[in-house]
Amino acid sequence: MRIPHIILVPNMSKLEKTQSGRKLLYGLTAIFDSPEKLVHAAETVVKEGYKDYDAYSPYPIHGLDTAMKLKRSMIGVVTLVVGLTGGTLLVLFTWWTNSIDYPLFIGGKPLFSWPSYVPLTFEMTVLFGAVSTVTALLVVWLGLPRNSHPLQDTEFMKKVSDDKFGLAIEAKDANFDERQTKYLLEKLGAVEVDPVYYEARELTLKETVLDPKFIGAIVVVAVAVSGATYFGFNKMLLMRPWSSLNEQAKVLPETKSEFYPDGFAMRPPVKGTVARGEMPYRYASNIPGAEKYMKNPILPTKRVMLVGQRDFNIYCSPCHGYFAEGDSRLQGQFPVPPSLHIDSLVTAPDGLYYEVITNGFQGVMPSYARQIPRDERWAIIWYIRALQKAQNPGEVAEAK
Amino acid sequence: MSTQQVSTDKLRNLPESYGKIGWTLLIAGVVLTLLSFAVNSKHASFGLIMTLTFVATIGIGGLFWVGVEYVSSAVWSTALRRPFEFIAGVIPFLIILALPLLFRMKTVFEWTHLSYFKDDPSMLVKAPYLNVTFFVVRTIFVFAIWWLFYYLIVKNSRVQDTTKDQNLTTKNVRLSAGFMPVFAITLTIFSIDWLMSLTPSWFSTIFGVYVFSGAVLSSMAFGTLVIVLLNEKDRFPVKLTPDHYYNLGAFLFAFVVFWAYIGFSQFMLQWYGNLREETLYYIPRMHGSWAVVSIALALVEFLIPFFLLITKPAKMDPKRLVFVSIWLLASHALDIYWMVMPVYNPDKAVFGVSEVAFLVLSVGMIMAVFAYKAKANNMVPIGDPKLQRGLEFHL
Repeated sequence: MRIPHIILVPNMSKLEKTQSGRKLLYGLTAIFDSPEKLVHAAETVVKEGYKDYDAYSPYPIHGLDTAMKLKRSMIGVVTLVVGLTGGTLLVLFTWWTNSIDYPLFIGGKPLFSWPSYVPLTFEMTVLFGAVSTVTALLVVWLGLPRNSHPLQDTEFMKKVSDDKFGLAIEAKDANFDERQTKYLLEKLGAVEVDPVYYEARELTLKETVLDPKFIGAIVVVAVAVSGATYFGFNKMLLMRPWSSLNEQAKVLPETKSEFYPDGFAMRPPVKGTVARGEMPYRYASNIPGAEKYMKNPILPTKRVMLVGQRDFNIYCSPCHGYFAEGDSRLQGQFPVPPSLHIDSLVTAPDGLYYEVITNGFQGVMPSYARQIPRDERWAIIWYIRALQKAQNPGEVAEAK
Repeated sequence: MSTQQVSTDKLRNLPESYGKIGWTLLIAGVVLTLLSFAVNSKHASFGLIMTLTFVATIGIGGLFWVGVEYVSSAVWSTALRRPFEFIAGVIPFLIILALPLLFRMKTVFEWTHLSYFKDDPSMLVKAPYLNVTFFVVRTIFVFAIWWLFYYLIVKNSRVQDTTKDQNLTTKNVRLSAGFMPVFAITLTIFSIDWLMSLTPSWFSTIFGVYVFSGAVLSSMAFGTLVIVLLNEKDRFPVKLTPDHYYNLGAFLFAFVVFWAYIGFSQFMLQWYGNLREETLYYIPRMHGSWAVVSIALALVEFLIPFFLLITKPAKMDPKRLVFVSIWLLASHALDIYWMVMPVYNPDKAVFGVSEVAFLVLSVGMIMAVFAYKAKANNMVPIGDPKLQRGLEFHL
């Protein structure tokens, strides 16, 4: 059976004035023998115009809700609206975090891949819907924070939660008249009709939620739980025996070792190890004639030429000049190199250029191995070749 | 709580016009199917697969609901069980639809060609399952076992009308309990054989469940349609309450969501995994005019009926139930179209005489068999011990 109304505690100060000296009446309770009598009683009570009443039964009775003319509960609307809100929020959240604020490409999918967010959206819809349903039931329908009711701990409540059926009409109802209502209930076949009074304790009771003791207890629990959580996750899990995963028979990099005579935990790489992304120069050092065997490993694409031009202008042109004519911009502060358009250099193999850029030349030109990555050196060589062709286009004409 | 009498004069009260429409559609469907074979026999073969799937899923879904009624000892639905038995009446006729296809397997099933396994040796692992002999054996086995359970369960139910023997209910509970796992396995075999093997290198472990969701949803839609129409026209032998309607609507609602859940799960896992052998099913369905069909399917079979059925009054409203039932039957046809036809033409959604034949023949066959069964049997199981309590059902 559904609980239809919020049973609000009437305004105490007013009632105490008018009924001072007497016990405050909550209402009349009636006990019936059979569910049929209760359904009939509920029908009649509605017909008589009572509004502040409720029916009690140990189990659901078919037809009672229609007899009481209960309106449809609004709880479904709460669930739907809050649930859809939760789903929408999650969609916005995933969209904003993964596509806008910190774009993450996952599995080569588009930035906003809605299918992967559907399970999350579904879960968030369900979570919001469920929590809002329970909260709304507790707060709106059951009247939280009020946590007691005049009918609690009465003989009436004991009977209707066991094997009897009951009806309670509240004194605050406009049609309520103690004698007439009692007469009506007896006429409807009630076995017992009893008045229920507010207990003195209930009348003086303050809102327990705002009780300093209650708030204090909440604060103490919150602090204790946070502290325990902090201790658990940040301290306890790093102690024995929970720390077993952290205690491993290995040494961390950059630490001292007792084991190796040199005292370093890190070992030098095996001889001949090649670093990532690095291809070693094919010949260990300046072996005369090695340059003849080296070929430019990359193709002269447009991008390569542009890289070569950029690097040449940055690194080479200060001494060699923008067109490799040996016209230094350094005003004689540095030895002026020869033009790269002289015959012996035009015919020189690519390997010689590479060798010189990498290792320098006779102590005059320094090594550029540190500044210019390997592939970019080959790009520069393509650019130099282009400059040479530009100065001496004869071959091109011949080829045509 | 008043007890109500079964109006014996209404036990076989299906309108004459219903049967007439059914038979007319059936004959028109046969003619159209023959015509479609004359126009384009390959297209027509795919059309016939759609017809077979539509009729088979609705028929076996009807038997599933009968079985669930017994296994769960449901009381509220006892008066509504017969229409589902009538729907299941198409089961013996499935082989007639399958037979022309069994002789034309090479036109629809890629794997029947030797070259298929030669071109893609990695598919050889499937060869022991995907071969013509085993396929025919399986098809006959599946239809035979459906027919067997249909025959036994419905016979017991019918005999009970005269003998009022309560032991028959117990017998049917046992039969139905046995039917449930058999149903799960055989429907999976059916869907793998007739639908999944159209794209032989593709696989999806949830595919059988997907077909199941469509079967259960469409048979419930057809049952609801008939029951609500008869009851509203005062032709049903007993008076059903809005509470009965509510349960029918709730089942429709539940299986609309279930269908979407399974369909989306299958899509999302394969989309996310992004493996060639899995996505090849979805790629043609996500491009060109098939993409429109896919989106329409999600709207038509999930989003729109979801909101049409979500509230409690909607589930109790006969007009709404009739509308949604027809809607869901149409969307089930669209679902089957979406499963089958991209194999015939992956480039664009096609609509021709084969599709018209599919719709007319399917509806005609189900209606004609229903009318035939309703003429020969009582619309309500009058001998069932649960009947009276079922009529007193309250939410």
